[in-house]
Amino acid sequence: MAGQYPNDLLYTKDHEWARLDPSGKTATIGVTRFAVDQLGDVTQVDLPKEGELVKQGEIFGSVESVKAVSDLFAPVSGKVVKVNSPLGDSPEFVNEEPYDEGWMIQIELSKPEETKALLAADAYQEFLKESAD
Amino acid sequence: MEPNHAPDHQEPRRTPLYAAHRALGARIVDFGGWWMPLQYGKGIIAEHTATRTGVGLFDVCHMGEVHFRGPRAVEAVSRLVTGDVGGLAVGHALYTVACWPSGGIVDDLIVYKLAPDHLLVVVNASNTAKDLAWFRENVGGWCSVEDASEATGLLAFQGPGAATALQALTGTPLEGMASFDVASDVELAGVRVSLARTGYTAEDGFEIFCAAEDVVALWERLLVAAEEAGGEAVGLGARDTLRLEGRLSLYGNDLDDQTTPLEAGLGWVVKLDGADFIGKEALLAQRAIGIRRRLAGFVMLGRGVARHGYAIQATPDGNKLGTITSGGPGPTVGKNIALGYVPTEHAEPGTRLLVDCRGKLVEAEIVKGPFYKRAR
Repeated sequence: MAGQYPNDLLYTKDHEWARLDPSGKTATIGVTRFAVDQLGDVTQVDLPKEGELVKQGEIFGSVESVKAVSDLFAPVSGKVVKVNSPLGDSPEFVNEEPYDEGWMIQIELSKPEETKALLAADAYQEFLKESAD
Repeated sequence: MEPNHAPDHQEPRRTPLYAAHRALGARIVDFGGWWMPLQYGKGIIAEHTATRTGVGLFDVCHMGEVHFRGPRAVEAVSRLVTGDVGGLAVGHALYTVACWPSGGIVDDLIVYKLAPDHLLVVVNASNTAKDLAWFRENVGGWCSVEDASEATGLLAFQGPGAATALQALTGTPLEGMASFDVASDVELAGVRVSLARTGYTAEDGFEIFCAAEDVVALWERLLVAAEEAGGEAVGLGARDTLRLEGRLSLYGNDLDDQTTPLEAGLGWVVKLDGADFIGKEALLAQRAIGIRRRLAGFVMLGRGVARHGYAIQATPDGNKLGTITSGGPGPTVGKNIALGYVPTEHAEPGTRLLVDCRGKLVEAEIVKGPFYKRAR
């Protein structure tokens, strides 16, 4: 199920992903396929504004699905430099393309070393398997 | 919908359709002590829309069926519920509630009059044991009270395409059946059923009772019929959004032991000028004193989703006025909608209040009547 959890991403146990740009200075953030399957139909995404600071492991926004609201946790610390504003009108992108059109924010890393705490795709899938048991 | 979890020591029960749900790829959740499908593959919004435009097929085998039989059955049920059971003709059904002596609601339910001496009462799954004990305690020797929940299969077939799709499977003419009519001994797809034009979706549709051993075969046939009519199997998630848009109450959220039908906007199911029933004195007293709080319908004006348990207040620095009991997106109405109790003086349609959505105060307006009404 490699397509479900791309190898070029880093993952958290809170089911967010981070895609580091080649320079290693910024990361794009979203939620994983597993998170999307758990959430069901997403109807609203609340994200920080550009320029706001986020901290690793802390809440940076929330996702409303039909059934429930869920917090989003920042995989890394830094400044929000871009927000996927089309999600405002099209929250369904999160369900349809969680790793592409469904991305949420881009962060300029303030502590690049934090990425060491994130999981590679195989470790994340191992974590999912363990949680299911 | 707030699933009522079963006690820890007790494994949730399965309806006869558990394997069928698994085979359809359903996400199964513990709801009121039952493993039930929350949603199937396409998701809650697709299932909701299929029911509004075509047909939705629902497993509601978890609900409780209680038969009251005997010459005094009508008298017995009349005493248990607030509605006019005495005025109910054979072949008709009545939505009503049972109250405690305090006027608080034991359960909301449907009474089906199958024969002059035979009433079927369908109750909420999570309340079945409580209801049965209460019914038996109060009926005494007036008539027999039989719990047929285990032996009965119940499916709901709902949506604008339901009648046409169902007619193809039965020789019994359906066009003569009005809303809240019930027909016993109908043959449907080769299965003996009772057919009622009732439901919980704010659409036209039917609820179909059969023997538990026949329900898997009937489900398979009805699923094909639903799919041919542009529909599909629908889980509890969409059942909740459908009923919320229709402003149909959910016991455990909008109704409970502490709320009276008058507060809940269910005055129309209470007949205070007729036969005596349990809770009547309390309800008469409440009506005389005045109803202090009411269940109101809210449309969210600001960006926010009100959910069960969120506080309602009048001003940003004001005290809590009341609580949201049900809320979420209304897929057909295209707005975030909610129900909640507020003091009567704040319950007028048009009133704007604030809902505390996880620390963010979001403006909401009280509206009259259902959020969604089907075209007739």
